Amino acid sequence: MKPHTLSILVENKAGVLSRVTGLFSRRGFNIESLAVGPCEEPGMSRITIVVIGDDAKVEQVMKQLNKLIDIIKVSDLTENERVERELALIKVTAEQGTSRAEIMQIATIFRASIVDVSPKSLVLQVIGETDKIDALEKLLRQYGVKEFVRTGTIGILRGSKIVSGGK
Amino acid sequence: MKTGAKILVESLLREGTEIIFGYPGGVVLPIYDELYDSPLRHLLVRHEQAAAHAADGYARASGRVGVCLATSGPGACNLVTGIATSYMDSTPVVAITGQVPTNLLGNDAFQESDITGITLPITKHNYLVKSAGDVSRVVQEAFYIAGTGRPGPVLIDIPKDVSTGLAAEVKLPDKVVLRGYNPTYKGHKRQIEKALELLGHAERPLIYAGGGIISSNASPELMEFATLASIPVTTTLMGIGCIPCHHPLNLGMLGMHGTEYANFAVTECDLMIAIGARFDDRVTGKIDTFAPHAKIIHIDIDPAEIGKNKRVDVPIVGDVKGVLKDLLTLMKKQDAHEIWNKKIRHWKQHHPLKCPTTDGLHPQFVIRTLSELVKDKAVIVSEVGQNQMWTAQHFCFHNPRTWITSGGLGTMGFGFPAAIGVHFARPDVPTFVIAGDGSIQMNIQEMGTVAANKIPVKIAILNNMYLGMVRQWQELFFDHRYSFTELPPVDFVKIGQAYGIEGMQVNTPEDVLPAFQASLDCDGPFVMDFRIEREENVFPMVPAGAAINEMIGGHPR
Repeated sequence: MKPHTLSILVENKAGVLSRVTGLFSRRGFNIESLAVGPCEEPGMSRITIVVIGDDAKVEQVMKQLNKLIDIIKVSDLTENERVERELALIKVTAEQGTSRAEIMQIATIFRASIVDVSPKSLVLQVIGETDKIDALEKLLRQYGVKEFVRTGTIGILRGSKIVSGGK
Repeated sequence: MKTGAKILVESLLREGTEIIFGYPGGVVLPIYDELYDSPLRHLLVRHEQAAAHAADGYARASGRVGVCLATSGPGACNLVTGIATSYMDSTPVVAITGQVPTNLLGNDAFQESDITGITLPITKHNYLVKSAGDVSRVVQEAFYIAGTGRPGPVLIDIPKDVSTGLAAEVKLPDKVVLRGYNPTYKGHKRQIEKALELLGHAERPLIYAGGGIISSNASPELMEFATLASIPVTTTLMGIGCIPCHHPLNLGMLGMHGTEYANFAVTECDLMIAIGARFDDRVTGKIDTFAPHAKIIHIDIDPAEIGKNKRVDVPIVGDVKGVLKDLLTLMKKQDAHEIWNKKIRHWKQHHPLKCPTTDGLHPQFVIRTLSELVKDKAVIVSEVGQNQMWTAQHFCFHNPRTWITSGGLGTMGFGFPAAIGVHFARPDVPTFVIAGDGSIQMNIQEMGTVAANKIPVKIAILNNMYLGMVRQWQELFFDHRYSFTELPPVDFVKIGQAYGIEGMQVNTPEDVLPAFQASLDCDGPFVMDFRIEREENVFPMVPAGAAINEMIGGHPR
């Protein structure tokens, strides 16, 4: 059982997301993260899904995804060298005094930026792989994380290889 | 400019639709108004579920796309069981449903249901049409998707204002191109060569033939392939008819209620060639002990079936008809596998299917009598349960598409309405339904349809006043505790009479043949109520989860 990052190129049509996610829930997969957005081809969108499962089960889901008429291409990025990123916004309790300074120090170490400041809180924006964001959130917990919002993972292959249409 | 409803009916005609099975209602009124004076034939059923099954039966018997039509909400929901049945057995059906007007979508409007959402996991694809101008393209795509690749049902949901809305003529492409849908038809040459290498080394090869042979119309190629290399053939429930029952290489059905010799052959073969089959649990029993000594070649048009349940040595993705042709072209002279075939002949001789000879009316005798009477001049449709298994075992099928049954979903209530569709696909031969007293009562209202339209479907009910298959499991595995499986006696002949259908009750073996004769002599539908031995079982049987050579009710080995 390991995380798989699937990059799915789909027709940008109503209902396509529920077709995709339905296939996962029917097979008992829990989707760890999900990101959807338009892509380089007009009329298409790219869905990036992270699921944890054994290789055979993930392969079966990919085959089932390929059967959906509105799905153009499915790839498991996990098999290749890739760049993966997610973005998180973290609202931390930060009263005047030492804690505020410490939080700002931690932000610097993680190359997170402070995107909102109020007398009682700070909002940090951080970009990175899942582990990095988990680590930052864990460190900030001692100060009081009031709200934690993160995007799904997105990924792209390293080098000139691409995930494109024509399945 | 034309209305969406008119475009719909014209599009169906352009796709070659001969008949649609349907039931009117509020939001499909514009479509029904178009049907009123259209050359497109419409058959009014008595329940929408029957429309879906009839379209499915038509598709299975003809190989063409079947079409059903229902209104929104309850009408659409009533199609669901039929659509799921088609999906599981990969049959080409286009289901058309009405929907509330687009401005009310999602409003919990009267008779609204999210039918595209509901049917998402049981359709090959579905559409919610948003404008009249999209209707012709969507119908063209739906027929293309339903009938190509691995066939399956496609649903088109049409809001009322789309039916009444106006649109100009749309120029349609000659060929549908969908960038997300490109089925693989041609088998990979290297894989085909590898398969032939395996076959060249095999001493005990076996073909495991499924419904894919039927839907691909590949029986002639299968027969040629099997005969050239002297490979015995066992068929799944869905594959029955792809090789004539009397053919020396035919082993009959395998699996839970398969023949002993087919299951022995599976267990002892050293090469299994699975063609258009999907290693279903009712076929394999305990998967680890299925074909334990065999290398496996799997030919299927759907790549998702390869390796789904069983590890495969040589996968070949493609249309089985084309792949079999390619195999035949490349095949060199083959061994006759004499020792293996001799062993199989021995098994066939010493482990035949049993037909009880004790007093009383036995269902196996009923089926065999019909088989000998009609030979290859009938299409047989079954319901689901004991009636289905007895027919699969004891009727001698000669041709593909003459055996129509719900395999994957196992839908009780499928048979009778499906037979209505079968009749319109094959009006040249009689259509018989073999039913149980349980399953016939799941869609018995269709007696109204066959009576009103004089559809000559012959209904043979194997009446044991039980839900027989469930009772059999209770007898064998639940200590004879017949929990809610006994049905009070019903006089089916009288029910038929109420609808104006002729019939006959049969209580003795002597009356079986005259009853079938009378059914054939009757121009219209006919009901036969066979009062069979109440606790007759279907044997042999592989208990759920056991290895398939561990059968009960067979011969001592």
